[in-house]
Amino acid sequence: MSNEDSPNERRDFLRKSLTLIPVVTLAGASLASPLSAQESSAKHDANKPAAPASHYEPSYFTAEEWTFLHAAVARLIPTDERGPGAIEAGVPEYIDRQMGTSYANGSLWYMQGPFNANAAPEFGYQLKLSPKEVYRLGIAAADNWCHQQHGKLFAQLDAATQDAALKQFESGKVAFEQLPAKTFFTQLLQNTKEGFFCDPMHGGNKNMVGWKLINFPGARADFMDWVERDERYPFPPVSIRGERA
Amino acid sequence: MATSMKKADAVIVGFGWAGAIMAKELTEAGLNVVALERGPMQDTYPEGSYPQVIDELTYNIRRKLFQDISKETVTIRHGVNDVALPNRQLGAFLPGNGVGGAGVHWSGVHFRVDPVELRMRSHYEERYGKKFIPEGMTIQDFGVTYEELEPYFDFAEKVFGTSGTAWTINGKNVGEGKGGNPFAPDRSTDFPLVAQKNTISAQLFQKAATEVGYHPYNLPSANTSGPYTNPYGAQMGPCNFCGFCSGYVCYMYSKASPNLNILPALKQEPKFELRTNAYVLRVNLDSDKRRATGVTYVDAQGQEIEQPADLVILSAFQFHNVRLMLLSGIGKPYDPKTGEGVVGKNFAYQNMATIKAYFDKDAHHTNPFIGAGGNGVAVDDFNADNFDHGPHGFVGGSPFWVNQAGTRPIAGINNPPGTPEWGSQWKAAAADYYTHQLSMDAHGAHQSYRDNYLDLDPTYKDAYGQPLLRMTFDWKENDLRMTQFMVEKMKKIAEAMNPKALKVSVKGAGSHFNTASYQTTHLNGGAIMGTDPKTSAVNKYLQSWDVPNVFVPGASAFPQGLGYNPTGLVAALTYWSARAIREQYLKNPGPLVQA
Ligand SMILES: Cc1cc2nc3c(=O)[nH]c(=O)nc-3n(C[C@H](O)[C@H](O)[C@H](O)COP(=O)(O)OP(=O)(O)OC[C@H]3O[C@@H](n4cnc5c(N)ncnc54)[C@H](O)[C@@H]3O)c2cc1C
Ligand code: SF4
Repeated sequence: MSNEDSPNERRDFLRKSLTLIPVVTLAGASLASPLSAQESSAKHDANKPAAPASHYEPSYFTAEEWTFLHAAVARLIPTDERGPGAIEAGVPEYIDRQMGTSYANGSLWYMQGPFNANAAPEFGYQLKLSPKEVYRLGIAAADNWCHQQHGKLFAQLDAATQDAALKQFESGKVAFEQLPAKTFFTQLLQNTKEGFFCDPMHGGNKNMVGWKLINFPGARADFMDWVERDERYPFPPVSIRGERA
Repeated sequence: MATSMKKADAVIVGFGWAGAIMAKELTEAGLNVVALERGPMQDTYPEGSYPQVIDELTYNIRRKLFQDISKETVTIRHGVNDVALPNRQLGAFLPGNGVGGAGVHWSGVHFRVDPVELRMRSHYEERYGKKFIPEGMTIQDFGVTYEELEPYFDFAEKVFGTSGTAWTINGKNVGEGKGGNPFAPDRSTDFPLVAQKNTISAQLFQKAATEVGYHPYNLPSANTSGPYTNPYGAQMGPCNFCGFCSGYVCYMYSKASPNLNILPALKQEPKFELRTNAYVLRVNLDSDKRRATGVTYVDAQGQEIEQPADLVILSAFQFHNVRLMLLSGIGKPYDPKTGEGVVGKNFAYQNMATIKAYFDKDAHHTNPFIGAGGNGVAVDDFNADNFDHGPHGFVGGSPFWVNQAGTRPIAGINNPPGTPEWGSQWKAAAADYYTHQLSMDAHGAHQSYRDNYLDLDPTYKDAYGQPLLRMTFDWKENDLRMTQFMVEKMKKIAEAMNPKALKVSVKGAGSHFNTASYQTTHLNGGAIMGTDPKTSAVNKYLQSWDVPNVFVPGASAFPQGLGYNPTGLVAALTYWSARAIREQYLKNPGPLVQA
């Protein structure tokens, strides 16, 4: 069995990338808050590897939103003893890039009225809002709620308080003014998982960190000789563009 | 003013399995055939080429191959007095679009039918008495028997290149101890290909099901176990279990599709023309509404075009067939209050329950990224009427199976019960369990009811200004009791595997139909076949009772939902109908069955 994909190897990689690449300040983070998302999460876990270099400039998100997004996805899929999380995977970049696709405008959905925002959950999504609008309204509402509750924006809270806030949004116990908190949370979590596990060509899952975590082989898509074997699949993932992990 | 095209002998609306089969049969009969498909051309190359097709985000998550519901969707309500809401995002079902229809992105579980399910009402009345069928349940007989259809099942399997293990061939047992299904009806010939290999998950199911006394068999799959050439000369290569099957175009030429198995032969045929980006608005009828004169469609440039034809085939998928009939005034719309009328009647679905089993990392590596859409091991001990329903008081049965079609991580991460949906615990569980779990389904039959039906929505419109189809649909007590019974029987298999944890997903008492969670795309009824024009929309040859030059192949003809997947029966019925057109109708155009 190959040990190419062992946790040691992964840590090695992270250590190397740390020494090679200086931690960069998030674009615009300083405008938004005294504390960037990375700094705030770095505080409560000294073991965490910092984010790899990201020279990505968001096209859709404002500086404030970008800060929120980093802080939130870092809690949804944290960097921890199991390895890289959403930040290393490039989830914020992935989400921002998605905002330039037809998905983000709601044009993959049936969006003719009348709309009934109070429909039972069995009827699925019934709002007038596109994913872009859900972020614009949702992030502002979430930061606003944190500010009312704690006197700070989401990204400035410590990890435990951030988690507690996210749980409130998830359960729908919090009432945002312009959209259900749960709708916002559900979209954020869905997009975060997409960005963690998608093919890297979409801007997320950088270095295939999501796939390596679970031992998913990516675009190999040929298992003729593995169908009947009750053993660990030993080959590391490959991406559509042919990168090998 | 619509531009008019040159008249065709036959026009086919929708080019999925039903449309492709009809096109092939009717051109063979010498007719000039025009097929109109609302979506684009698509094929193994370039849409299904490696590696670009191995992209979960684009295909399954952003729904590349599925119906564009921004233009046309359905509305849904639970009861006749509710206001229906549009299905704004695809969820419970994933209808197809473009050349090949859902036959491009289907999985390939390729069944025949349990003969009892073709005679549902008669069989239950005979065995259990009339009173056993609950008030409001409107199940009917198909009006055609398994024996009549057998040659067409047989031929369809040869066209699809289906892999499987027979039980009996002409009464002779060939499948005992080899993975055949003791409950399967007799066959005239063997499967064209032997069964595929079985994944570890399927092997575990096979072993555990045997231990608890059930009778496991290999799922018949339209994914090839080896190289194959079909009767039309189409060539297929062996499936490599790539795991990007359901929701994707097969890059290996291994999953049967209209594009791979039928279209190449049609392309050689000068009498056949396929027009893509042609969205049919309606069937045109003459003034007394007894004869179709052709169809009107909108082309890629938005122009309305009239296509005259002597024969109209509606093969646009179950609910589109029903909608086109309603929009065109073919047959009397069904009214749930009086029970009169036929178009829209007996809309039925599938009744699924799922159990996931999680293993310790040292126990089993199920590697669920390995899989093929039609592949697996099943049991029929509780399907159809293979057990005595008497003491249980519900109608319907369910096969159980492990059908590891390939689980990809965005949609497929599934953790043991009690795990949070995010955070470090979620992440650790994903890492620990993704390759050590399996999933099994009870793929339940679904019955029809007086107030589960289809009509046109009074409010919501499609992109062309025509009313959307409205589904009035909810689970009934019979369905919920059945699924709860089935999940208990299936759980015995799961428990016999000695898993570390189990997750059971089953509808509880009082559950309502949820449009957001995937059930299956096995939608049935609405233009049902039968022996009486008062209770069916088409006769046993799928010919409209009211407008005899319109034929309507598809699962719209099923009076209720099957335990099995529907496409094997859709294909067989389409060949059966085509044979009747070729041998009877063309000689003497008119009703093939006198009302
Ligand atoms: C993910 C998935 C997995 C499945 N797996 C299985 C399986 O394993 N086994 C099984 O038996 N079945 C399976 N099915 C179901 C199977 O795909 C369908 O039963 C089958 O494709 C139906 O064939 P059809 O020809 O009736 O309709 P379709 O294949 O849907 O073809 C209908 C065509 O008509 C076109 N059309 C619709 N309206 C118009 C219009 N107004 N004008 C012009 N064209 C129009 C559509 O674009 C489409 O191309 C699966 C379905 C899905 C979605
Ligand atoms: S699993 Fe097999 S049949 Fe399905 S897409 Fe992959 S190679 Fe084709």
